[in-house]
Amino acid sequence: MAAGGAQPMIFKTLGWLTDPGHWRSTPFDTGILGQLGAHVGFSVIALVIALVIALPAGLAIGHTGRATWVVSVANAVRALPTIGALVLLVVIISPHFYGRTNAGFLIPTEIVLVVLAIPPILSNTYAGVQNVSPAVRDAAFGMGMTDRQVLGRVELPNALPLIFSGFRSAMLQVIATATIASYVTLGGLGRFIYDGLAQKDYPQMIGGGVLVAALALVADLLVAVVQRYVVSRGVSGRFHRNTSVDSRVAALVEENV
Amino acid sequence: MLTLLDSASSSPWYFFGYFLDHRATDLGWLWDHTWLSVVPVVVGLLLALPLGWLARRYSWAYPPMMSITGLLYTIPSIALFVLIPPLLGLDPLTPLQVPIALSIYSTSLLVRVVADGLGAVPTETVQAATALGYRPLARFFRVELPIAVPVITAGLRVAVVANVSIVAVAGTIGLDNLGRLFDQGYTLSVTEPYYPPIVLGIVMCVLLALVLDAIVLLVDRALTPWRRAVRSR
Amino acid sequence: MIRFDGATKRYPDGTVAVDELSLEAPSGQITVLVGPSGCGKTTSLRMINRMIEPTSGTIWLDDTDTASLPAHELRRQIGYVIQNAGLFPHRTIVDNVATVPLLLGEDKTKARARAMELIERVGLDPAFAKRYPAQLSGGQQQRVGVARALAADPPVMLMDEPFSAVDPVVREQLQEEFLRLQNDLGKTIVFVTHDIDEAIKLGDQVAVLRVGGKLAQLAAPADLLARPVDAFVAGFVGRDRGYRALGFTGAGTIDTHQEPSVAVGAAYPGHGAGIDGWILAVDADGKPQGWLPTGEEQRGDVVTDAMLYRGGTLAAQGGSLRAVLDACLSSPSGRGVVVDDSGRLVGSVTAREVLDLIEKRG
Ligand SMILES: Nc1ncnc2c1ncn2[C@@H]1O[C@H](COP(=O)(O)OP(=O)(O)O)[C@@H](O)[C@H]1O
Ligand SMILES: [Mg+2]
Repeated sequence: MAAGGAQPMIFKTLGWLTDPGHWRSTPFDTGILGQLGAHVGFSVIALVIALVIALPAGLAIGHTGRATWVVSVANAVRALPTIGALVLLVVIISPHFYGRTNAGFLIPTEIVLVVLAIPPILSNTYAGVQNVSPAVRDAAFGMGMTDRQVLGRVELPNALPLIFSGFRSAMLQVIATATIASYVTLGGLGRFIYDGLAQKDYPQMIGGGVLVAALALVADLLVAVVQRYVVSRGVSGRFHRNTSVDSRVAALVEENV
Repeated sequence: MLTLLDSASSSPWYFFGYFLDHRATDLGWLWDHTWLSVVPVVVGLLLALPLGWLARRYSWAYPPMMSITGLLYTIPSIALFVLIPPLLGLDPLTPLQVPIALSIYSTSLLVRVVADGLGAVPTETVQAATALGYRPLARFFRVELPIAVPVITAGLRVAVVANVSIVAVAGTIGLDNLGRLFDQGYTLSVTEPYYPPIVLGIVMCVLLALVLDAIVLLVDRALTPWRRAVRSR
Repeated sequence: MIRFDGATKRYPDGTVAVDELSLEAPSGQITVLVGPSGCGKTTSLRMINRMIEPTSGTIWLDDTDTASLPAHELRRQIGYVIQNAGLFPHRTIVDNVATVPLLLGEDKTKARARAMELIERVGLDPAFAKRYPAQLSGGQQQRVGVARALAADPPVMLMDEPFSAVDPVVREQLQEEFLRLQNDLGKTIVFVTHDIDEAIKLGDQVAVLRVGGKLAQLAAPADLLARPVDAFVAGFVGRDRGYRALGFTGAGTIDTHQEPSVAVGAAYPGHGAGIDGWILAVDADGKPQGWLPTGEEQRGDVVTDAMLYRGGTLAAQGGSLRAVLDACLSSPSGRGVVVDDSGRLVGSVTAREVLDLIEKRG
């Protein structure tokens, strides 16, 4: 079965992706560009909300060393099956919305996306601040910085590599989960995957997968570029060979070891 | 108990009753879910050990290996599910797509973990082992690997817990596992909310994640008795 | 001037780290706090800039009770140097040094210019200014730490084991430069170390603390060596304190003998040339180069560098008795060489003569 059908499937997928008709929206159908916009839209909203909540919280917990249980609780959330949480919230919330608005699906989706995005940002921010060497913090206070200055001018810049990696894993989870949100009849690039599946239109399904993967890779690359410019070379250690331990792993080990 | 069931059958708390009603199916899904979560991690670890060792042994191999694994880890699960069959020349919906995708994730994560875990072994320790006469292979298994165990098991815990959640996603494209409970619940909620399968799915997924996490933790404890000695002092 | 007035620190767990410390660190001088590990040196030091708040007692900075200012304002007037420098990894060296002036609201260009000046002043190549701390060695980082503490020109500096984490050779270098710098700047410095040699070398006065945070003795280094108040201080300053005390005793007008010498490159001298089989070799300027055993004809016709024994140290005229005695003890001929300010041979003395002198003064 396999080899024979494979080549054509790749070509059929390419055909689906390169058909200009699939990119534009019609009165009945949202095209690729429209769904891409929707996908990016949900994701950005969720990430902004999550950042606004988790970044200050992580900084405060890391700086004061108080209320660290919050970080543990947030991490425990990671054991929650995303899709289950999504379906549960949709079922709870959507009956309260009638008519043509899709708020009944949008609100639960955003809640799930935010809840998902908070733990990596929060725990990485916390770990980043905690990891600042005590000698550095001591020197900062010793030369007369106030709490706010120590946090803003010393702890935050040094925590940035971990904060960025937390943000990047949050972003990837949000993009992935926003795809699944199409399962609960919301727009976004996942639409093509689930519609393709339902209609047995496999080129459309696989094309949707390509688009989602491409979005994730491009988004991650963009943030990586921003990170490169925002994080001081003295912290990222980019003047060295490749001695730096990957910060994602560092954070994860921080949590679990 | 049965008398209570009818009156409260759509209540979220009815999930246990729902489980009893569909025990055979649910346990089957639990089994599917378990092996789908565990086997890829084992495969991932078996692949990651030599790859991670290579990345440490030959420093030129480290950057490209990290780029590739990072790239793979970036692709959302649902996308990887649908992309694997055409790339490997399989049917668009094959039972193999989920375990293959998850093995790719687990390997990607663990290569990094193994490489960095080995990188964290103090150079003096490695040199001392060499001086004592360990050959490279023996040194790897008897000295470097044991010291890297805490880091590697930390990675395994993350991989297992993530897998439990990702496997459920595969339920939405019709593959058998606990994710099907969410599919059921959603389908049954068209007119009004029907909670039991959804809550049951969440409870079973969380329990499964906790149990698997605990098992990895126990293995970690068993493999690193010296860390307990430090802790209790 | 910094004055401890019955300062006590009791930690929440009940440990009394500093007990009723009263002590004055005079302006423009280096006061060293020294004592075994855990005796409360760091705690005492950090109470000055209120990184640690005293449980009771007062600490005065000139006529100001340090408790009367907001802590961060107090700290901006006090330079602070710690063991591992604590440089900010995310800032370049020049920006690290400019930190406090910027906190005080000075403008960026000015702060940077001053920082550059200080970087050179502490003996660093200005090319380091654009680098990050991770690119510097431990000793270099420590110099930056000192420059950073000096940046706002604070009258007072607190230094907690600043040179302890570097290797002995670099440490010695840093100590010398630190003294030279202090000679120019005349700061009021409180310096913490566990190393009695460092304390004696750097301190204008040395405070020895005993475990439990009690002041055991406060004295000038020479007095400390000569008259330790009790067994604890005597034990702490060490067995060879008599010898080290000589470092503080000027040799005065010590009578030297004329020492026969031979120039490097001249004809190899015969048996009768030196005294007791040794002759001093000097260069063209008359600066001693090493000792030459006489009368070993098989060695060749002219004196070459390779023939010299270079073991002996030289004592400067007007230097300490310790330097003179050391010159005698380290010389293969048993005669210590004394040189003038420009390094030219003055003459020699024997260990016996130095010891007689010590006894006479004793
Ligand atoms: N935060 C603290 N809590 C409790 N005890 C402390 C604390 N900091 C220091 N100590 C104790 O106070 C004593 C003096 O410490 P320290 O001033 O650091 O000594 P030193 O710098 O002379 O080595 C030690 O016994 C130490 O264990
Ligand atoms: Mg100390």
